[in-house]
Amino acid sequence: MASDHIVGIDLGTTNSLVAFMQGDTPVVIPGDDGSNLVPSLVALDDKDQAVIGNSARRNLIETPERAVYSVKRLMGRGVEDIREELKLFPFRLAEDLQPGEVLRIKLGEKTFTPPEISALILRQLRRNAERYFNGPVVKAVITVPAYFNDAQRQATKDAGRIAGLEVLRLVNEPTAASLAYGLDKKQNGIVAVYDLGGGTFDISILKLHDGIFEVVATNGDTHLGGDDIDNLLITIALDDIRGDLGVDLRRNAEAVQAIRKAVIEAKIALSSKPSVKLDVELASGKRYQREITREQFEQLIQPVIDRTVGPCKQALKDANLKPEQIDEVVLVGGSTRIPKVRALVKELFQREPHTGLNPDEVVALGAAVQANILGGGSEATQNMLLLDVTPLSLGIEVAGGVTDKIILRNSTIPASATQFYTTQVDGQANVAIHVLQGERELAKDCRSLARFDLKGIPPMAAGIPRVEVKLLIDANGILHVSAREQRSGKEAEIQVQPSYGLTDEQVEGMILDSFDNAEEDFHRRQVIEARNEAATILAALEKGKKSAAWGQLTTDERKQIAKMEKALVAVQAEDDHAAIRKAIDALNQGTTRLAELMMDTAVSTALKGKNMDETDLGEGPTAPHPMAKAEFE
Amino acid sequence: MTTKSVLTVIGTKPLSEDTHSCWSCGAMRAAHFCGSCGKVQPPAPVDYFSFFGLQRKLDLDVAKLEKEFYELSRRLHPDLNARAGSQEQQWSLEQSSLLNDAYRTLRDPIKRTEYLLHLEGVALEEQSKAATEQARATGETKKQIVPPDMLEEVFELNMQLEELRMTRKMGEDDPALLAEIGEHKVTLEAKHQALLEELRTHWKAWDSLIDRGPGTDGTERARVRDLMVDGLNRRNYVRNLVRDVNAELEE
Repeated sequence: MASDHIVGIDLGTTNSLVAFMQGDTPVVIPGDDGSNLVPSLVALDDKDQAVIGNSARRNLIETPERAVYSVKRLMGRGVEDIREELKLFPFRLAEDLQPGEVLRIKLGEKTFTPPEISALILRQLRRNAERYFNGPVVKAVITVPAYFNDAQRQATKDAGRIAGLEVLRLVNEPTAASLAYGLDKKQNGIVAVYDLGGGTFDISILKLHDGIFEVVATNGDTHLGGDDIDNLLITIALDDIRGDLGVDLRRNAEAVQAIRKAVIEAKIALSSKPSVKLDVELASGKRYQREITREQFEQLIQPVIDRTVGPCKQALKDANLKPEQIDEVVLVGGSTRIPKVRALVKELFQREPHTGLNPDEVVALGAAVQANILGGGSEATQNMLLLDVTPLSLGIEVAGGVTDKIILRNSTIPASATQFYTTQVDGQANVAIHVLQGERELAKDCRSLARFDLKGIPPMAAGIPRVEVKLLIDANGILHVSAREQRSGKEAEIQVQPSYGLTDEQVEGMILDSFDNAEEDFHRRQVIEARNEAATILAALEKGKKSAAWGQLTTDERKQIAKMEKALVAVQAEDDHAAIRKAIDALNQGTTRLAELMMDTAVSTALKGKNMDETDLGEGPTAPHPMAKAEFE
Repeated sequence: MTTKSVLTVIGTKPLSEDTHSCWSCGAMRAAHFCGSCGKVQPPAPVDYFSFFGLQRKLDLDVAKLEKEFYELSRRLHPDLNARAGSQEQQWSLEQSSLLNDAYRTLRDPIKRTEYLLHLEGVALEEQSKAATEQARATGETKKQIVPPDMLEEVFELNMQLEELRMTRKMGEDDPALLAEIGEHKVTLEAKHQALLEELRTHWKAWDSLIDRGPGTDGTERARVRDLMVDGLNRRNYVRNLVRDVNAELEE
């Protein structure tokens, strides 16, 4: 059944993709515009409807205050974490944000949390898949940067839930890439995956052994990527403009977006050309032009790409490996197309990196492989198993504000640790526990994950209770906690206060499409879309009736058309999308001659062979499909 | 804020392994999954050695352990039980985390030895923690007991490291000093290696006691155990020294 499809989703900083396993091969599912990549871009149109992906590009340029991109940078982060981001990204935060509250971003007059914005992107991908399968999709594997912490992972899982998806597994991006690579290569050995994307950097070192993909070490930086390179170029352009033209455009969102578009194009071109000309038309009518040579570009980005060196060396050290022991280095992420990045990787690992994979698609393809494994596997994947690690150490705050590490980074997950606590006062019923993630010595320098209150400890003298707290990191890299008082055998109640994150109730309230109603939602959407299509063809017919071609039809033909029109109008209001489509098809067939006559009288010969609703210059869909129409710029 | 998740602990009543049958098909069960139908079984409260069906011996074959780890992963990992019922998925999660914890501990010679000593009732970690906490409470640096045969060497090294920090502060370079510290480093690394070898001989002594069966020679067991505790302490001391020297040299 179609609803059994489990899809793999790469929810990227810049682009997002959805893929699935077709037989033995993972394939990317294109969007309704035919593109495999859905830009991770969300805008609100003038009716406050969400527009996602390529369709939102125009909105970003024209109404930047109603659009947002690179929202992945904000996932699972607090307002105090993102001061640097705010200088470089046009994120507009809600004015009434309280300390400790989950961030909310303004789009027009509305506010959204980062998981909600990500959910809109996920929902678009889900719809693309549903159109492809012609049935509901409710289960997914979603990839995250390997170096994402617990809060960032939880936020991603929340986004899936809001989008009406059951997230079967969060998979680390470089590991997903290795699955796609391994499916293809089927070789034992040690592989390093260097993944430099739009906003995040990961390095993972894996041991491939007869279908087992064992991560031995991972490291990274969740705020390092192509965005940082773009921002360098944007800053230079803005400085130039201020210097030469005397206008400060930093606060002019439209101008900044126009410049951003131009520098990204320039950056991409510089991977294949020795120099490019940046050329931006400003609102004043003046043009900003500047020549950039590859040499200048490489000098400029050196400090950014050098930041990948430390994590690579640390990962090698943690894996207890020398660069020459790595059998292959696989490049992932759009930023690895930059020749200077490739040169850096070559120098670091002392070998030519493997560039045979499509760096934009391989993560999604790997997610599809993992989705297939979780779904029970196929001939191609039956021997494959992923053993991933936790990227960051997990600790508990002890006396003196020191972190006591209890699960070390690079431990294979699931992993667990047990700690014992006691009371300090007679009759004490509660114990507070602070869980941290990170490598630093002091608790204040680590990431606060949650504070737990153990409650309901039976009254005993101080030091007598023995509360066993079990911390478990599951296969998604997400923490679970359970506790039990050993002397009484009583389970202690745990109240978890996530340091940054939505509560279950908040998530419930945000759900866009519930996967419990997926079948129903899907049919409702099919009906709505069929109705929209009917409205389009009926409007086109109205136009046709006013054209000269209408008069050229025989009375009988006109009668026939009127009959079919009536039939369509009659079923249009009903909840039966199949009946509506049947009536649309009939009317389409019946108006073929009218369309031909209209075309003959029209100047354009380009429309030859098309029928009625397509003569209306691209307004109707080119093929019957249950999704919303694509928008054209 | 409201309660995000309240998890309960699965009961830890010991299960007798040779009499229990698979909850799903009724066949006699292997420890972790049913040999007959393959279903994951509820985790039993076993130590890491028993988890792998091993005796509490220290000189173990790591390659064989890895092979067993992979085999068990293919049975117990949550990815391969993703379509099972929620209770089975929970067991798979717990069994798999136990497997990973056990493998991580046993494959590493030092962690393996520390774990065995912990099972034998030696409170290594608590000792170290107590010392750390006492040092913190009194504001002193934690006292390290320098092995007597190393006193001279450590004293000299510390002087040289201090000198190195001073010259660095002045922005100067002293290649001769660096060379001397480098020599110490080589000596220390050799010492570290020798201590590991020594530990290995204790392992063999321990393992032969285990082979002779439980209850035999209590005093001999205690003697070997104490030798291992002492060996571990000295080894940790040297390892920390090597680490400090490396950190200084890398700066």
